[in-house]
This record gives sequence, C-alpha cells and structure tokens, in this order.
Amino acid sequence: MSMFSIFGVSGSAISAQSQRLNVVASNLANADAVAGPDGKAYKARQVVFETVLMDSDASAGVKVNAIREDQSPGRKVLDPNNPSADAEGYVTHSNVNPVEEMVNMISASRSYQNNVEVMNTAKTLLLKTLQMGQ
Amino acid sequence: MFAQLTSALDFHGKALVLRAERQRVIASNIANADTPGYIARDLNFRDAMANATLAGASQGAAPSSSPPDARHIPLASLTGELGSGSSLGYAVQTQPSMDGNSVDLDRERGNFVDNAVRYESTLRFINGYSKTILSAIQGQ
Repeated sequence: MSMFSIFGVSGSAISAQSQRLNVVASNLANADAVAGPDGKAYKARQVVFETVLMDSDASAGVKVNAIREDQSPGRKVLDPNNPSADAEGYVTHSNVNPVEEMVNMISASRSYQNNVEVMNTAKTLLLKTLQMGQ
Repeated sequence: MFAQLTSALDFHGKALVLRAERQRVIASNIANADTPGYIARDLNFRDAMANATLAGASQGAAPSSSPPDARHIPLASLTGELGSGSSLGYAVQTQPSMDGNSVDLDRERGNFVDNAVRYESTLRFINGYSKTILSAIQGQ
C-alpha cells in the first residue's frame, strides 16, 4: 500500500541526514587540529547525497553515496617555536570552516525534523484508516 | 444488489488510494530536499481521478477470467487501472538552485498538510456513508 512505503522513504532521509550531522560533528571536533611535521592536516569531510528508487517511480529515497574530503590546502601559520612546525617554521592547521559547518548543521537538523513530521503524519493517517467503519 | 449499495463507495475508495499515492510522492520530495540534481514530482490529482472513474465505468461490465456467477461481487483492480504513473508530472520550479535541486520545501510542506486533511475527509465520507447504509439495513 502506498502509505507504508512512506516510512521507508522518510526513514532513509533521516538516516542520511544523521550521517551528515555526524560528519559535521567530526569536522567541528577537528577544526583546531594541527598537522605533524609531514604537513598532513585534517581535511574537512562532506557527504554526497544520491536519490535511490525504492519500489516504483513515486518512491524516491535518499542515501549517502560517498564521503569526500575537501582537498583545499590547510591554513598555514608561521610559528617556528611550535614542536609541530615544519622545516620552514609553518604549522599547518585543518581546512575546516566553522561557519560553513554551522550552516550545514542547521540545514541538516531542519531536514531531519521535516522528515520526522512526515513519518508522524503518515502514521496518524494509517491508524485512522484502520479504524474506518468503527 | 450489493453493487447498488456500494457503488457510491467506489468513488471515495479510488480517491483514497490516489490520495495515499500523492502522499508518497510528496514524502519523496521532502526526503530529497537536499539531493543535488533531484527534480520534484507531483501527482495531477484531477487527471488521475478522471482516469480512474472513466476506467471503472468502462470496465464495470467486463467479466473476470472465471465465468461470472450471480453471487460474485465484482471487484475492480484499483492499482492496475489507476495507473498513477501516467499522471505523475513534474512540479514547476520556483527558485533556481546551484546544485540542480528543484524542491521548494515550503510548497511541499503545504501540499503535504493539504493532502493529509483531504485524506482524512475522504475517510470521514466513507465512514458516514457506511454508517448510513448500516442503519438502513438495521431498519432504524
């Protein structure tokens, strides 16, 4: 029945959005990490969403296709006294942009709330359908 | 005899199935609000309903595979003739987006609530009609 597949669709959406929140949390936690002398700092991660057809053309769920690392170079700060400084005295920080991550977090949480509301409404309507005729 | 009693319920039954279909399409749109390249779909309810009632009227006289018995109640196959795939169109894009996503979340939320209320009202119509028939059968 059409209404039951709504749970699959919205379930896939909240799962994908929670993975996105997970990635945002990882990025924010590692925002101040510095690299070792080899220069390999933490690179910010982003999720890539992809539509996945559930059973027919009308049911389109979503899944996380891949988690990509942002390849832009990390911020270099001149600090020769730091034990993690490289040969020229620069310390490489991560390339996480905290403002962007906060915007991502707000968008992910709004999407999550919307999809939870869709599931609740579908559940209410199905329960009322079960009581039809009584 | 039963066909005359329940024929008025056919219309609301088809409407209920189509409303559930539309609910699923709108839920898919809301789930894919962040997916790049996703184009929003919508069900053209008026066309789908017209197709369903037209198909039902022409198919009402067609017998099933087994020879018809006078005691058999004719049941039309709803999912086959309702054919929601033909009325599934694309929603008009309101704001262009850089990643190719055409879902307008505010409009989808409004459609979802609208469709949910109409689903519930169709349920109430069916309930009221079946209670009327029951009270007529009981002779009150």
